[in-house]
Amino acid sequence: MEEKMKLRPEDFQALEVKEELDAEKIAAPSLTFTQDAWRRLKKNKGAVISLFIILFMIVVAFGSTPFVNRDTLVRSQPQYANLPAKIPGVNINGFNGKAKVGDVWVDKYAQAGVSKDKYFVMGTDYLGRSLAQRIVYGTKISLIVALVATFFDLTIGVTYGIVSGWKGGRTDNVMQRIIEVISSIPSLVIVVLMLVVFKPGIGSIILAIAISSWTTMARMIRAETLQLKSQEYVLAARTLGQSPTKIAWKHLVPNLSSIIIIQTMYTIPTAIFFEAFLSFIGIGISAPETSLGVLLNEGQKNFQFLPYQMWYPAIVLCVLMISFNLLGDGLRDAFDPKTRR
Amino acid sequence: MKKYLLKRVFYMALTLFLVATITFFLMKLMPGTPYSNQEKMSPEQIAIMNQQYGLDKPIWMQYLLYIGGMLHGDMGTSFQFSNQPVSYLISSRIGASAQLGIQAMIFGVFFGIIFGSIAAINRNTWVDTGVTILSIIGKSVPNFVLAVLLQYYIALKLGWFPIADWGGFAYTVLPTIALGVGPLAETSRFMRTGMVDVLNSDYIELAKAKGLSKFQIVYHHALRNSLIPLVTLIGPYTVALMTGSMVIENIFSIPGIGEQFVKSILTNDYPTIMGVTMLFSAGLVAVILLTDIIYGIIDPRIRLAGNEG
Repeated sequence: MEEKMKLRPEDFQALEVKEELDAEKIAAPSLTFTQDAWRRLKKNKGAVISLFIILFMIVVAFGSTPFVNRDTLVRSQPQYANLPAKIPGVNINGFNGKAKVGDVWVDKYAQAGVSKDKYFVMGTDYLGRSLAQRIVYGTKISLIVALVATFFDLTIGVTYGIVSGWKGGRTDNVMQRIIEVISSIPSLVIVVLMLVVFKPGIGSIILAIAISSWTTMARMIRAETLQLKSQEYVLAARTLGQSPTKIAWKHLVPNLSSIIIIQTMYTIPTAIFFEAFLSFIGIGISAPETSLGVLLNEGQKNFQFLPYQMWYPAIVLCVLMISFNLLGDGLRDAFDPKTRR
Repeated sequence: MKKYLLKRVFYMALTLFLVATITFFLMKLMPGTPYSNQEKMSPEQIAIMNQQYGLDKPIWMQYLLYIGGMLHGDMGTSFQFSNQPVSYLISSRIGASAQLGIQAMIFGVFFGIIFGSIAAINRNTWVDTGVTILSIIGKSVPNFVLAVLLQYYIALKLGWFPIADWGGFAYTVLPTIALGVGPLAETSRFMRTGMVDVLNSDYIELAKAKGLSKFQIVYHHALRNSLIPLVTLIGPYTVALMTGSMVIENIFSIPGIGEQFVKSILTNDYPTIMGVTMLFSAGLVAVILLTDIIYGIIDPRIRLAGNEG
C-alpha cells in the first residue's frame, strides 16, 4: 500500500521569521531588586491597603498642622463639654449628636444648647475640645515617634552593625559586649529612668528610644555583614584599594537593604506602642500636649458613661498598629521570598 | 561548658553592676528633693532627715554604701510608703506579679502552640487565614486597651469575673488574658512558621510513608521539633510581661510590682525605683542565661561554648 509521494521544492513554503531564534532571550523585562519586591508587594492586598492607610494618616496628621497645633489644643470651650459625635447628614444613633442616657437616646446637643450648625465629628472631651482634632494631633505624635525610631535604627543600628561586623576581632568583641549589656536592661527601665530624670515629654521618649531601639538592628546587620565580608565582590573591591567607607556604602548597604527595611518595620509598631503605653500610665506625654495614650487614659476614666471617648482613640491606635504590622509582613514576604509560605 | 557558664555569669554580674551604677547616678542627677514640703521645714529638720536617710554623706560614700547594701540584699528605705524597706515592699508584692506573669505565659504559649499548629496543618485554608488575622490583631491591639475592654464588657456588663482587686483564681482570669494575648499571638505566628518548615521535611515524608495517622505525625514528630525555636521567645516574653504588668496591674488594681513601680515613679520614690529597676534587670539577665542553657540542652546541634556571639 505504499504510495509514492512526489515532492517538489514548490510544495514547501518558508515560514515567515517572526522573531529571532534565540534560546538565551529573556521574554520578560528584567526587573531591578526594588521593582521585583514592589511587584510582589502589590499582590499582597492587606499590605497595599495598609500602605494607603498609613499614607493617608501621614498626610492628615502632618497636613493638618496649620489647623491642629498646640494653640488649638489648649483652647477649651466648657459649654461644649462631653458632646457625643455628630456628623451632618448622618442619622444613626451615636453619630447624630444623641447619646444613650439610661435606656433612652437623648440629643445632647439640644440639651447643651448648642446651635444647630455646630457639630463635632467625633464629639468633645470634658473641656469641650474637639476629640477629632486631639486624635489627629495624637496620631501625629505617634508618627513622629515612629519616624524617630526609624531614624535611629537606620543611623546608629546600621552603622554599629556594619562597623562591628567589618572590623571583627577585638573591636567586634567589645562592641558586642556593649550591645549585650544594653539589651539585657529592659528597655522599659531605660525609658522610665530617662523620664524620671528629665522632664516627661516627647524629648525624653525620643532619647530613650535612641538608647534602646537599635540593638536588634545592629545585631542582625552584624551577622549579615560577617557573611557578606567574605564574598568575592567585596574581596575584589578591597584588592582594588577601595576605602572601607565606600565598600560599606556601595557594596554592603545595598545588599543589606532587605534586612534593614524588614527590621525597621518591626521597630515602628514597638515604638508606637511604647509611647502610647507610657502616656497611658501617665509618665509619657503630659498636658497640655496630648497623644493617643493620653486620650486613652482620659477616655478610660469615663468609659462607662462616655464610651466614645475611649473607642475612637483606641480604634485609631489599633488601625495604625495593624497597618504597620501588615505592611511589615508584606514587605518581609516581598523582600525575602524565601521566608514566604 | 563550665568555662562558658563562668564567663556568662561574669557578664551578668557586670551588667547588673553597671545598671546599679547608672541608676544610682541618674537618681542623684534628678532635680528636686524627696521631701514633699521642704519650704516648711527648718534647716535643722532637713539636716536630721538627711542624716536619717544617709543623704548627708558625700556622693561617693552614698554610692559605696548603696552597692554594699545591694550585695546584702538591702535596697534602702522607701521615701514614700511609710518608710518600709524596699526589699520588704518588693518581696510582699512579688507573689501576685509572679503568679500573674507565669499564668499569662502559660496561657499565651499553650494556646499559641495549639492555634499555630492548627494553622500550619490546614495551611492555605480559611482556618489558616483566620488564625493569621487573629494573631495580627492580637499583636496590634495594645494590652491596656484590651484590659479596659475586658474589664468593662466581661466583668462589669456580664459580671462573669470580679472587676478588680486580688483574691482567688477568679480575680486572675481577666488580667491573665489581657497580659497573655500578646505572647499568644506571637507564639502562634512563630509556631505556624516552624511547623510548616517541619511538615515539609524528609522525616515527615517518611512518617507519612510508614502510614502513621495525621495525629501521630503531628504529635510525635512535628510538634516536638517545631517547639525548639520557641525557647528563644522566652526572653522577649519576659520583657513584655514586665512591661505589661505595670499597666495591667494598675487597671485591675492588683498589688504587684508593676503597680508599685508606677506609683513610685509618680511620687519620686527613688530607692523603690532603683530597687525595682534592679529586680527587672536581674530577672531579664537570668532569663536570658537560662534560655541559652535550655536551648543548648534541648537542641544538641547548638553548642554553647563553640560558636561565640
